[in-house]
Amino acid sequence: MEPILFVIFGAIAVGGAIMVVTRRHPMASALYLILTLFAVAALFVLRQAHFLAAIQVIVYAGAVVVLFIFVIMLINVPVHKLPVERVTGLRFLGVLAAGLLILESAVLTRRFAMPRASAVDAGSVQAVGKALFTDYLLAFEITSVLLLAAVIGAIALAKKKI
Amino acid sequence: MVGGILDYLWLVPALPLLGVVLNGAIALFSERPLLLAEAGHEEAGHGHGDARGGDEAPAPYRKLVALIGPGVVGAAFAVSLLCVLQLAARAPQDRLFVQVLFPWIQAGGFTGSAALQLDPLSAVMILVVTGVGFLIHVYSVGYMSHEKAFARYFVYLNLFTFAMLTLVLGSNYLVMFVGWEGVGLCSYLLIGYWYEKQSASDAGKKAFIVNRIGDFGFILGVFLLFWTFGSVDYTEVFARIPALSGNGTLTTEIATAITLLLFVGAVGKSAQIPLYVWLPDAMEGPTPVSALIHAATMVTAGVYMVARSSALYMLAPVSMGAVAAVGAVTAIFSATIGITQNDIKRVLAYSTVSQLGYMFLACGVGAFTAGIFHLMTHAFFKALLFLASGSVIHALSGQQDMRKMGSLKKHLPITFPTMFIATLAIAGIPGLSGFFSKDEILWKSFSSEHGHLALWAIGTLAAGVTAFYMFRLVFMTFYGESRMEPAVEKHVHESPWSMTVPLMLLAVFSVIGGWVGVPEVLGGHNYFEEWMAPVFGHGAAHEAAHHPAALELALMAGSVLVALCGIALAYYLYRVRTKKPEEIAEKVPGLYDVVLNKYYVDEIYDIVIVRKVVNGSIWLWNAFDAAFIDGIVNGIAAVVRGAGDGVRRLQTGVVGNYAFSLLLGAVLVVGYILLR
Amino acid sequence: MMEPAAYLLLSGILFGIGVVGVVARKNALIILMSVEIMLNGVNVAFIAVGSHLGDVTGSVFAFMVMTVAAAEAAVGLAILIAIYRLKETIDITELNVLKW
Repeated sequence: MEPILFVIFGAIAVGGAIMVVTRRHPMASALYLILTLFAVAALFVLRQAHFLAAIQVIVYAGAVVVLFIFVIMLINVPVHKLPVERVTGLRFLGVLAAGLLILESAVLTRRFAMPRASAVDAGSVQAVGKALFTDYLLAFEITSVLLLAAVIGAIALAKKKI
Repeated sequence: MVGGILDYLWLVPALPLLGVVLNGAIALFSERPLLLAEAGHEEAGHGHGDARGGDEAPAPYRKLVALIGPGVVGAAFAVSLLCVLQLAARAPQDRLFVQVLFPWIQAGGFTGSAALQLDPLSAVMILVVTGVGFLIHVYSVGYMSHEKAFARYFVYLNLFTFAMLTLVLGSNYLVMFVGWEGVGLCSYLLIGYWYEKQSASDAGKKAFIVNRIGDFGFILGVFLLFWTFGSVDYTEVFARIPALSGNGTLTTEIATAITLLLFVGAVGKSAQIPLYVWLPDAMEGPTPVSALIHAATMVTAGVYMVARSSALYMLAPVSMGAVAAVGAVTAIFSATIGITQNDIKRVLAYSTVSQLGYMFLACGVGAFTAGIFHLMTHAFFKALLFLASGSVIHALSGQQDMRKMGSLKKHLPITFPTMFIATLAIAGIPGLSGFFSKDEILWKSFSSEHGHLALWAIGTLAAGVTAFYMFRLVFMTFYGESRMEPAVEKHVHESPWSMTVPLMLLAVFSVIGGWVGVPEVLGGHNYFEEWMAPVFGHGAAHEAAHHPAALELALMAGSVLVALCGIALAYYLYRVRTKKPEEIAEKVPGLYDVVLNKYYVDEIYDIVIVRKVVNGSIWLWNAFDAAFIDGIVNGIAAVVRGAGDGVRRLQTGVVGNYAFSLLLGAVLVVGYILLR
Repeated sequence: MMEPAAYLLLSGILFGIGVVGVVARKNALIILMSVEIMLNGVNVAFIAVGSHLGDVTGSVFAFMVMTVAAAEAAVGLAILIAIYRLKETIDITELNVLKW
C-alpha cells in the first residue's frame, strides 16, 4: 500500500514544486505551494509522523502560505510590472548545477545503509511532545524567543512609521 | 665568592650607572621642561662656546646634579681603590678575580656571561678611569656651571664612566664590546653636546662613523676568535693557546688575522693612522670631555685591548710589526701637525694622537707594560693639559686661538704652573712621570727583540717634536706680549676652586705618577713592571738585560737631549726671534701649508673615500633602494591592488549570483564526498 | 514499511527544484517560496530517516526547521514589503547597490 501512495503523493509534491518554480505570477506559485505542502504532509503521515503532518498543514499551509498570499495581495504588483525572466548564461549554469546536485543526492541515497529499528512510535504526538518538553526543552523555549524576535522584526521592517 | 670587598666589585660600574639613572631622571623631569619653556620665548642666537658668562641664579636641581655626578664616580673610585688593595694583598700569581654577575647569552656551545674581571691590568685601568674621571667630574661642575643643559651633561659623563668601566672590567670580549660601543656612543653624545652648532654635530657624526669602521674590524676579530677558540673569555682563550697551537688549530696565520682585525678596532678607537681624523674634530665637545674621553680614557681603550690580548699578539709577529709601525708613524706624523696648529685644543688633540702612537709603539715591540705605564702617566698629564687649557679658555671667555693669547702667566697663578708641569712631563724632562714612561718605551723599542733602531729613531725624533710644539704652546699662551682682544682682557680671571683643585691634584700625579716605574739603571725599582708581571710576564724585560747599562743610559741621555733641543728651538723661535716663525713659513710656503692643513688628509679622505661612498650610497639609493626594494614593495602592492580590482567585480550585488556561488560550492563539496 | 531510500531521493529532488527556483528566478516572492520548498525537502529526509530508525529526534529537527522557516518567511516578507515601498520593484537583479 505504502509504495503506491508514496508514488502518488511524491509525484504530486514534485509536480507542485515544479509549478511553483515555473509560474510567472506569484499567486499561482503560492497556490501550487499549498498543493506541494499538502502532498508532503501526506508523506509525513505515511512515515507515521502524525504530529509533524498536522503542524505542516496548520503552520505551513495555514499560516506561512497565507502570509505569502497576504503579501502578494498587499503589494499587488501589476502583471506588466512583474520581472521579466530571461535565460542568461549564469541562470542556465545554475539550473545545470541544481540538476547535478539532484544527481549527486541520488547517488548519495544509494549509499544509504542503516539498520531498521524496531520502535514504531517515533512520530506520534505523544512521543514528539514528550521529547520536546524533556530532552529538547531548552531548544524548544529558544524557538519561542526566535519567533518573538521574528514577529517584532517583521513589524519593525514592514511598518511605515513606528 | 671570596668574601671581602672584592665581592662588591660590581659596584664599580654600578655606581656611575646609578648616577646615570638619577641624573637622567633630573634631566628628564626637572631640566627638560625648563629648557623647553626657555626655548619657547628666547631666541636661539644665544652664542655657544666654551664657558659663557651669565649670573642667573642656578636652579636648585643643579646643586643636586653637581653632588650626584662627581659623587658616584668618587664612590666608584673608593670602591676600586679598596678592591685593588685587596687584590694587591694576594700573592702575585693569585691576582685574578672574576665575578660572574649573570649568564647573558647562551646559544648552543656558546656562553657569554656578564662577568667582571679584576687583575693587575684592569686594576690600573679602573683606578685611572675612576680617579682621573672623578677629578674631571669635579672640574666639570665649575666649568659647565653656566651651561643650561647641566644635568644632561652629567648624565652623559656618568654614562661614559659606566661604559668605560664595563670595557676595562669585562671578563670577556663580549662585555668589552658592550663597553666599547658604549664609550663610542657617549663620545658621540658629548662631542655633539652643543648640537645646535653645526660643526659640533658634524664632529660627533664623524667620530661615530670613523669609530664604526674600527668597530667592524673589532667585532670580526671577536667572531674569528670565538670560531678558533670556542670561547670569548680572556682566561679560557689564553689558557687554550698552548693546546691549540700544539694541535695546529691555531696557526700563525689565524693569530695574525685575529690580531690584525682587533687592531683595526684599536686603530679606530685610539685614533691611529689612518683612522685618527675624528679625534681633532672631537675637540668641538666641552673641554672636560676632551680631557676625559679624548685624552685620558676612552682613546686608550685600543691600547688596553691590545695589551689585554698580548698573549695573542705575541703569536703573530706580523701584527706586532704592524702595531709598532702604525704607532711610530702616527707618533711622528701627528706631532708634526701639532707644530702648526693655532687652536690650543687642537694642538693637544694632535699631541694625544701622537702619544697614543707611542703606546702602540710600546705594545708593538712587546713592551706592553711600558705601553700601559705610558697610558697611565699620559692620563695624568694629558688630562691636566686639557683641563688647564680649559681653564685658559674659561678665563678668556671662550677664546681658543693661541694667536690671541699671550702673557697670561701673571693672570692665571694656578693654571700656569700646573700646565707648565704637565708640559715638562709630556716633553720628557727627567724626574717627571712622562720621562719614565716615554723613556721606557724608547728603550724597549730599541732593545726588545721586536724592536728596531728605526723605531727608536722615530720615537726619539717625535719626542723632540713633542717638546717643541708643547713649549710653543706654553710660550704662545703664557709668555710674550698680550695679543688678547681688549674686551676679553678685562675679564681675565683665575678659575673657581672646583676647577683649580683638580688641576693641582693632577699636577701632583703628573710629577709622581712615574715614580712607580723608575728604571733599574737609574737605581730605582720598577714596581709597575712587577705589578703587571702576572698579566704580561717578564719576557721582554729580561731580554733587555742583555744590553749594557751604559747603552741604556746613553740612549736616555740622547732622548733627553733631543727634548731639550726641541725646547730650546721653541724658546728661540717664540721668545727670542718671534718674527722667525713667519719667515720660515714664508720661505717654505708649500711645506708649511701642507702641514698647516694637516697634510690634507681630511681632503684626501673626502675625495678618495667619503665622496665615493656618498656617491655610491646615492647610486644605491636610486638604483637599489628606490628602484629595486621599493619596486618590490610597490610591485606587491600593485599586484594586490590589481587582483583586488579584478576580484571586486565578482561582487555584483545581485543576490542570484551569490546564490549561484553557494550552489556551486555545495555541488563541489558533495561531489568531493562522492568521489573520495 | 518502505526503505527510506525512495524518500531520500524525493527529498533531493524537492531540494533541487527549490534550488532551481532560487537560482533561476528574479521574482523575490517566488524565490522565498522556493526556499520553503527546499526546507520541505530537507524535512522529508528528516522524517523518513527518523521513522526508519524509530528515533523521535528526526521529528524534533523537522519541527525546529518549520519554526525557523516560519520566522524566515515572516522577516523575509517584511523586508520585501519595505524594499517594495522604497524601490517599487521585487526584481532582485535591480537590487544591486550592495557592490564595489
